[in-house]
Amino acid sequence: MDQFVSITLELMRGFGETLKLFGLTLVISIPLGLVVCFGSMSGFAPLRTLTRSFVWVIRGTPLMLQLVVVFYGPGLIFGLPSIDRFKAALAAFAVNYACYFSEIYRGGIESIPNGQYEAGQVLGMTRRQIFFRVILLQMFKRILPPMGNEIITLVKDTALARTISVYELMWSGQAYIKSDGLIWPMFYTGAFYLLWSGLLTVLFRTLERKLNYFRG
Amino acid sequence: MALLRVKNLKKSFDGSPVLSGIDLELERGQVLAVIGSSGSGKTTFLRCLNFLETPDEGEISVNGRRLSVGGSASDIRKNRLHFGLVFQNFNLFPQYTALENVTLAPKLLGMGSRRELLERGRTLLDRVGLSEKAGFYPYQLSGGQQQRVAIARALALRPEILCFDEPTSALDPELTEEVLRVIRALKNRDNTMIVVTHEMEFAKSVADVVVYMSDGVIEEAGTPEEVFDHPKSEKTRAFLRKA
Repeated sequence: MDQFVSITLELMRGFGETLKLFGLTLVISIPLGLVVCFGSMSGFAPLRTLTRSFVWVIRGTPLMLQLVVVFYGPGLIFGLPSIDRFKAALAAFAVNYACYFSEIYRGGIESIPNGQYEAGQVLGMTRRQIFFRVILLQMFKRILPPMGNEIITLVKDTALARTISVYELMWSGQAYIKSDGLIWPMFYTGAFYLLWSGLLTVLFRTLERKLNYFRG
Repeated sequence: MALLRVKNLKKSFDGSPVLSGIDLELERGQVLAVIGSSGSGKTTFLRCLNFLETPDEGEISVNGRRLSVGGSASDIRKNRLHFGLVFQNFNLFPQYTALENVTLAPKLLGMGSRRELLERGRTLLDRVGLSEKAGFYPYQLSGGQQQRVAIARALALRPEILCFDEPTSALDPELTEEVLRVIRALKNRDNTMIVVTHEMEFAKSVADVVVYMSDGVIEEAGTPEEVFDHPKSEKTRAFLRKA
């Protein structure tokens, strides 16, 4: 029993790190994704091409590889001093998820009928006003299901951070195999992931319900 | 002096001309009905007036002031405010109530205090017969009601010229009449209007001037009696026989 409590506490410590990585990644990547999205939809062709190529590279290579590149790359290529592991992981996650989000945003924006923009235009609104007052909420409602999907994927992707030795939930469970010959703590980590993704599922469902006051 | 003067307005898409030189004058308080078959350039003409399309050539003057055609974004926004546009598909903002749809643009343009704007919004909804639907969202309204909200929304900015792009084409026949009634009532309040329409009876009864467009030009223009009862052009006669 003592062992169960102490292992639970240790896993909670790992889970805390997982949540920190998860939360900070979202805080950065959700707005960053919008910037990437505007870049990939820009009327300025060089910026558009550059952004789309970048998104292609990020979506086209494993996140695990990106973690390694962000953490070891600056030192190996430019001889720079090594950066904090957690910050490196956060940077890789934030950029990776921003690219995925940007494509979801783009799909959302492009699904809004042109008439909505034109209605805003003939009412004398600026582009910014049309986006923030008319388009954004409609887009938000439409992208909620795919965003929920991505965000739940992120819960589990955080486990990849241990590739560059960032301590997190999976690591805390796996450590017991080596130190105590126990495998069940690793299975036990699954409960934490399930709990968190369950909470997120409920949260997203509530949000979707809240936005049901309008259609479109 | 004419309120609206359009001179030699031209527009082509990918090399194929849609408007090949439109000349037109409209006095304050007049209603202009634009008729013609699909593809004749009627809608493009309205879209040019509202600066949703940039004309290739030509002049648009309101109140004797020529509007710059290829200006900056803020010039174009100012130009647009001379005109209002009611769309075929209403294009109401789904996340706002009927009243919010009407008050949003005046609020963003700082046209008055919150209270004044709400009051004016309610007055406008009342004018289109929807004061009881102020708190309804677009999906809760019928097509005819949505279009009437869209008319109130366009009126909220007090445009000098209110344009209608086939305002009843997306409506079931039984909903058409309530929208036409509202437009008729606006005429009685001395609104200057341009109505692109397929409703010939309506055009005949409400318009002061009727214009028949064909292949990007004004084929015939005149009073409703002249155009409908004594058309001079063979093309007009052929169109009216079919319509």
